[in-house]
Amino acid sequence: MRELALNILDIAENSLAAGAKLIEIVLGVYREKDEMSIMIRDDGCGMDKDTLSRVTDPFTTSRTTRSVGMGIPLFKFSAESAGGTFSIFSERGKGTKVLATYRISHIDRMPLGDFGGVILQLVTMNEKVDFLVTVKSSERQETLDTREVRNILGEVSFREPQVRAFLKEYIQENLVSVYGGRL
Amino acid sequence: MKSLEELRALREKMKSQTDNRAVAGSDETVIKVGMATCGIAAGARPVLTTLLEEAEKRNLHNVSISQTGCIGLCRLEPIVEVFKDGQKYTYVLMTPEKAKKVIADHIVNGNVCREFLIGEN
Repeated sequence: MRELALNILDIAENSLAAGAKLIEIVLGVYREKDEMSIMIRDDGCGMDKDTLSRVTDPFTTSRTTRSVGMGIPLFKFSAESAGGTFSIFSERGKGTKVLATYRISHIDRMPLGDFGGVILQLVTMNEKVDFLVTVKSSERQETLDTREVRNILGEVSFREPQVRAFLKEYIQENLVSVYGGRL
Repeated sequence: MKSLEELRALREKMKSQTDNRAVAGSDETVIKVGMATCGIAAGARPVLTTLLEEAEKRNLHNVSISQTGCIGLCRLEPIVEVFKDGQKYTYVLMTPEKAKKVIADHIVNGNVCREFLIGEN
């Protein structure tokens, strides 16, 4: 993984696989504190205590094609190698929450990358699931709630080219602009 | 800053346009891109974005592009599966450039890009 945005995509894919109906993504950028945080929370099937305790081990996975699962370990590594922290909370039947923090100026912090593109992909490729995406800084906070979008669109698909183009601009102008696009 | 009100206006406009998509029949082509950790790390996201953009540019109404989980051949990711004319084609080690060629040659013109298929790698 070369970008933190790809880690976000990867963790959100886990939420989708867990049968989530609502996935919440919060990106916090606090330059004055030299701190950045990424939170992904879902209402999917969650994990029991035993699985949760083994989940940061690369040899734990829910897939059946092979016995290696790198998603969570890579995300944990991205935070801990950049002066940050990683935590995961999960309860069977309730959902899972993953939180990573970073020191923005740390030399080993990966670039955030194409956060807007990842959000666009998640939202348009998974129409049956709702997303609540928030980008925060100490001055501003902006949100994209796909439930609101769906209310307006009715039966029109998010994948219609005009709708996709609108969402792309909306994400860039409202969400990405909060941190200025380069991070 | 954009507001969701613009989306409301867009929807009203779209309502009045006839939908060509409904006419596209069962000759639909399905394209799937592997989007698990292995695929993402190998660069599946730019491949998917390119496929979507090319399909949009060429107004391909009977093509459905979606993502899937781990296909099981992580070392050959990014993998793109094409289901066309009752056949399945597995393209491996894909890049945005190869994706463009697959849309132009295979999806539009029906010439399979054999050099990118799994059997050739």
